[in-house]
Amino acid sequence: MIKKYLFVLRKPAYCGLYIQETVDIILTTAAFDQHISLLLLDEAVFHLKTNQQPQLAEKKQVSALLNALEIFDIKDIFLEAESLARYGLHTEDCDIPAKIINQVDVAEVIKHHDIVFSC
Amino acid sequence: MNFSIQINTSPYHSNAGCHAYHFILSALQQGHTIAKIFFFHDGIYHALKYTTPPDDELSQTLRWSKLANEFNIELLVCISAAQRRGLLSMNEAHKQGKNQDDLASGFQFSGLGQLIEATLMTDRFIIFG
Repeated sequence: MIKKYLFVLRKPAYCGLYIQETVDIILTTAAFDQHISLLLLDEAVFHLKTNQQPQLAEKKQVSALLNALEIFDIKDIFLEAESLARYGLHTEDCDIPAKIINQVDVAEVIKHHDIVFSC
Repeated sequence: MNFSIQINTSPYHSNAGCHAYHFILSALQQGHTIAKIFFFHDGIYHALKYTTPPDDELSQTLRWSKLANEFNIELLVCISAAQRRGLLSMNEAHKQGKNQDDLASGFQFSGLGQLIEATLMTDRFIIFG
């Protein structure tokens, strides 16, 4: 059985172990050959910010984890335009290619998935 | 309807565990089924055998154990989230020189694969916390 999974990330990068453990779930889902998308809202847009130095905070590089997703054919990464604007970020600040969507389109993205993980 | 549930927060950090419990109990009383309850992130602390709240406080761990026993529900604890936080299986406890595991009655360790299987086989998947 194939279902469409959407992982909605809302917490900032390097907020405890949330992202590492969430990536564990995403990769496990990928191992089941499911269709996977990511939606980054609110402070989660910082996950893709370039030039971060997490080693100074004794953390693993999140963008390296997220970059690995492409190996598992996970290419649908959505970023909310309003969240980017709120934190003064632009697409060129992002490490990973992502599709920019507006807040009004978020409900539509969610509607197109069978399972939504809020992370 | 058949549900699978994930709980992400610890018993004393938020009300999510309480909300999950009452949702599950209500669903069962209305004739629905709960396939699996999966404890992830800090939710694994629900499974800690040695939680000892004062007598006049609710023991959420004990309540989960009773629920699992009464309704024959699997309480699954993510093993990697648990080991990271020091909640050990018997095997791991022995490796660390301990005599006992840390899991309360009714809980069992599981991998994330079982979580994904649960989301595939059930009608609804709900995350608390």
